[in-house]
Amino acid sequence: MNQSAPNAEALRRQAKVEQWSLLSLALPAVALVFFVVVIPVGWLFFLSFVGKDGSASLEHYQKMLEYKSYFRTFRTTFQVSLFTTLICIAIGYPLAYFLAQLPQRWAGIFMLAVLLPFWTSLLVRTYAWLVLLQRKGILNEFAMNIGLWDSPVKLVHNMTGTLIGMAHIMLPFLVLPLYSAMKKIDKDMMQAASNLGARPSRAFLSIYMPLSVSGLVAGSLIVFILCLGFYVTPAVLGGGKVIMVSTQITAILENQFNWGAASALGVVLLVATFLLLWITTKLFRLDGALFGRG
Amino acid sequence: MSWLSNPASETQVTHRQRVWLYVLATVIMLLLVIPTLIVIPMSFSDSQYLEFPPETWSTRWYETYINSAKWMRSTWVSVRVGVFTMLLATPIGIMAAYALFVSGHRYARSIFMFLLTPMIVPVILIAVGVFYFFGKVQLNNSLFGLVLAHSALAVPLVMIIITAALKSYDLDQERVARSLGATRAKAFFVITLPQIKFSVITASLLSFLTSFDEVIVSIFVSGGQTATLTKQMFSSLRDYIDPTIAAISTILVAITTVLLLLVQLASSREK
Repeated sequence: MNQSAPNAEALRRQAKVEQWSLLSLALPAVALVFFVVVIPVGWLFFLSFVGKDGSASLEHYQKMLEYKSYFRTFRTTFQVSLFTTLICIAIGYPLAYFLAQLPQRWAGIFMLAVLLPFWTSLLVRTYAWLVLLQRKGILNEFAMNIGLWDSPVKLVHNMTGTLIGMAHIMLPFLVLPLYSAMKKIDKDMMQAASNLGARPSRAFLSIYMPLSVSGLVAGSLIVFILCLGFYVTPAVLGGGKVIMVSTQITAILENQFNWGAASALGVVLLVATFLLLWITTKLFRLDGALFGRG
Repeated sequence: MSWLSNPASETQVTHRQRVWLYVLATVIMLLLVIPTLIVIPMSFSDSQYLEFPPETWSTRWYETYINSAKWMRSTWVSVRVGVFTMLLATPIGIMAAYALFVSGHRYARSIFMFLLTPMIVPVILIAVGVFYFFGKVQLNNSLFGLVLAHSALAVPLVMIIITAALKSYDLDQERVARSLGATRAKAFFVITLPQIKFSVITASLLSFLTSFDEVIVSIFVSGGQTATLTKQMFSSLRDYIDPTIAAISTILVAITTVLLLLVQLASSREK
């Protein structure tokens, strides 16, 4: 059948018009995100290059390299993020593995143990740890009753309390992607390994674990990046002693109202976040996972 | 207990050999759930220091909450902002998700990534930036500003949920309707929407929760008369361990649990 040329051309044009008009449906969302994210953060970006006297300058960034307080903040932020991620991996991997082995119905029920804290308000969970870890709190009382230690140990308003709270809050962020990656592992491979004579531990280490790495990396990345910019939990459980980037940004604004310095710190946080994301997705080719059809 | 000798997986590991895993997983799950739920019994403790188990039971902290003007006002602010966020973010998110999924335009994927940025950019930055920007356009300390900010935070979530629903939905049904003469809009509303309605419900409930539980942006952008419940709670937390917060937390946990069960119900119905 001959394709009449003018008709094909008209159809192509109509398809294009339709594509563009469909895309316009996304316009309100784009406008909203532009207004709430792009403009404010972009403005901050420019502010970071404006010196105290109003002229363009790099003084805020220079101060970051000079002042010891900035270095301490970066180090604390990195420490909290790293340790929280490691704790979450240590606790989360066995949990995700356990959940992945369960039959569907049971998995749905036990998954609530992960989803309930996940959807409970951040403040409620932080508050719960504040109360649990205090001197007269349950943890101290329990430990003293069973003889673990004699006098109340300072478990909160320090790094320990912060790490405990952060790990509790971040754990679902690691378990959920890891679980979904584990569910995708083809069970036949494990069976094949077993048939070929591999011991269960060998099959796990050689086959299952490497296949679960992509989910583990995705989850760890999410946790690490979330920790970098986290504010509420370290502010409450750290008792003013755990100064992270977010805490310092807020402090600079509250005490000095120095938008330049605060923005510069924010820009560093943003760049670090995007750099991490970019490096890890390129390394592990994760970008297909989010949008890919099928 | 004979099931202990049954194989637990394809590698013929028995359940008995895996008992350590089951114990460990149980401990972890308890550690996840107990701190979340511990506020409930503690909120009924009569003492200022929230003992557990409570020596005397009372509902005094609930009474303090209900009788306090500032707590009630901030709760009402949070409820209103949450509802309006849900009403704004859900349709906008659905439209965007549908448009990007269906259009096949070469920029669709980049726009999708762009719309995920509220989830990727550290919230503290959004909060500080919005505080500055809204200060310039007089949107700070306003419900409208709060709704805008929270909706931007909720839109990526709505989009992810609806895109997932569309992926497992047979779009040919729409094409059939259109070949029979329906416009694209009519086909969407009459055919597609009812079939993804449980995902729509999930998306709206979760956007409400996103707004209701949101802390950081609210700390900066709301204040005084427009202070949200979360901002009020945060301020109290920093000063001292206010026992009223235990009562409020219990109420929040109850709301979250109900919403979560609704979401689980909705998603299992759709399968």
